[in-house]
Amino acid sequence: MSEYKAESNLEKVLRSGQFAFTGECGPPQGANVEHLREKARHLKGCVDAVNVTDNQTAVVRMSSWAASLILIQEGIEPNFQMVCRDRNRLAIQSDILGVYSLGIRNMLCLSGDHQKFGNHPEAKNVFDIDSMQLIHTVKTMRDDGKFLNGQDVDVPPRLFIGAACNPFAEPFDFRVYRLAKKIAAGADFIQTQCIYNMDKFREFMKRAVDMGLHEKCYILAGVTPMKSVGMALYMAKQVPGMDVPDSLIQRLRGAGKGKVAEEGIKFALEQIEEFKAMEGVAGVHLMAIEWEHRVPEIAERAGMLPRPAV
Amino acid sequence: MIVAQPKPIKEILDMVKDFKKILVVGCKGCVTVCNVGGAKEVGILAASLRIARKRSGQEIQVDEHTLERQCDPEYIEELKDIIGNYDAVVSIACGVGPQFLSERYPNVRVFPGVNTQFMGGAVEHGVWSERCAGCGTCVVHYFGGLCPIARCSKSLLNGPCGGSSHGKCEISKDVECIWDTIVRKMTEQGRLNELLEFRPPKSWTTARDGGPRKMIREELVK
Amino acid sequence: MNDFKPRIIAFCCANCASSAANVAEGMKKALPDNVKIIQVPCTGRIEILHLLKPFEEGADGVYVAGCQEDSCQYINGIAKAAKRVAHVQKMLEELDIEPDRIRLFHLSAGKGQEYVEAAFEMVDKIKALGPFLPA
Repeated sequence: MSEYKAESNLEKVLRSGQFAFTGECGPPQGANVEHLREKARHLKGCVDAVNVTDNQTAVVRMSSWAASLILIQEGIEPNFQMVCRDRNRLAIQSDILGVYSLGIRNMLCLSGDHQKFGNHPEAKNVFDIDSMQLIHTVKTMRDDGKFLNGQDVDVPPRLFIGAACNPFAEPFDFRVYRLAKKIAAGADFIQTQCIYNMDKFREFMKRAVDMGLHEKCYILAGVTPMKSVGMALYMAKQVPGMDVPDSLIQRLRGAGKGKVAEEGIKFALEQIEEFKAMEGVAGVHLMAIEWEHRVPEIAERAGMLPRPAV
Repeated sequence: MIVAQPKPIKEILDMVKDFKKILVVGCKGCVTVCNVGGAKEVGILAASLRIARKRSGQEIQVDEHTLERQCDPEYIEELKDIIGNYDAVVSIACGVGPQFLSERYPNVRVFPGVNTQFMGGAVEHGVWSERCAGCGTCVVHYFGGLCPIARCSKSLLNGPCGGSSHGKCEISKDVECIWDTIVRKMTEQGRLNELLEFRPPKSWTTARDGGPRKMIREELVK
Repeated sequence: MNDFKPRIIAFCCANCASSAANVAEGMKKALPDNVKIIQVPCTGRIEILHLLKPFEEGADGVYVAGCQEDSCQYINGIAKAAKRVAHVQKMLEELDIEPDRIRLFHLSAGKGQEYVEAAFEMVDKIKALGPFLPA
């Protein structure tokens, strides 16, 4: 990690050893550019980069690359995302070149939720390559200057490569090995699935640190503040791979009417405090979807402001 | 074997609505084994068609025939002398059957009576499960003898994804997460290091993606 | 009151159903005359095709009379029959035919009264549904 891979703001913050703070913004289910700009503006200056999801939960939305460009116009650095569900290797390599040419510098490589979850369940699913192979593809194009078929890329795209990690999916013991595999494939930074089970996450980080993974890759801990008891129950029961301890649900219930959201934020702030000091954690990824207007307040209370200028 | 599901009877009735003399043709191969297209099922489908037509006051003649297989011309040939007696043929063999019939008897209207789904086997009496997607480049030995192309909803070669939960796939509690099984099995066998090997992108040229396929045994071709 | 006389086919097993039939005879209780009995060694031997054929031939209703689940001489014969009857009910529904035209009755060996009641129940039901074939 001697010279910058992409010189993105996120990369520079992480390289400088400062605690990174990223956010998330979902593109609209239409061409409502104004609404997107409004949401994004809440995040400006509060985070180092903003994830722009790619047809999340297999629901058709404005493409991640387009929404990412709009964010750049707003002076915000995007984390462009690409899932393997919707594109084959031709479109993938083609889009990698496209986004780099238009100024995008961070790219998150994901598998993608199965189309069954979304609003076009009859679609063919592509999965020509998987997320591990996608990470490898970006790395090969960037560092070797080659396409997947071995041909030269005339100007290699310099992208800071991200991947996701779910410490709570099963089999648990294998998760840290899968993380190691993604790092070996070329992941520069990782964002975890949102964390609620702190014990399990501590255990996971311990194993990751033992394997020295934190020295090869920047690990950002995922945080999503619970807005309501209903949300907590939904995530506990309906979202695959999510681990929500009963103790948290009880804590939210105990907060009293009208005070649950504040309790959820308090829990998130406690988590962020612990992550700042936790070995191996290089930053926090805050997913406050459709709650972007609360991010400035959360960032302030978490002591994340001002963001570093690098 | 090839596993198929019967088409809804209404769909079949609609297919043959303009015809009065129908032959239902079954197959003693795969579809007999999965209880969808054998002689028994030919009888049941024929009876259903007659009952439906009778009930709506229309005439129909439905005859029954079961071939050894519908994927070999020599058996298809057996119908040569009788097929001219019918306006329509409903084949309840897998998707291969109606096509072989159509090719050999181009003047006959051939209809598929089943929806062919996958290559698989019986996991318990009455239940068949998908095992093979016919990708043309078999590497199940890399995965403890299990196939992630056919059995992972995302065909991951470097799985599992983050949606794997309690050994089940994110798409349904009825679907096994094959990667969970692969990881557990190979870990038990002390082969975890093999799972840490990066599996590169698959070449789909030998799969259906590469175009319709043929298999030729040169030494057998006359 | 309509004068439609339904034609009903009844598959009765050689064990519980037949023994109940004998008891009924002894009690001088007669079956309605439009029910035709077909005796089978065990209801488990009845195939789906056997249940469809009567309808093909214009019967208005079909029923299967066999043992209780736990007293089938062949252990799971009646259970199999129940599944097949349910399957045929589904098939009838898919053909827009009233699924109640086929039924399964669990009888006990000594219950002659129930044996006869089952038949009358079926006749009444089918009378209400009307003829299977259009006039």
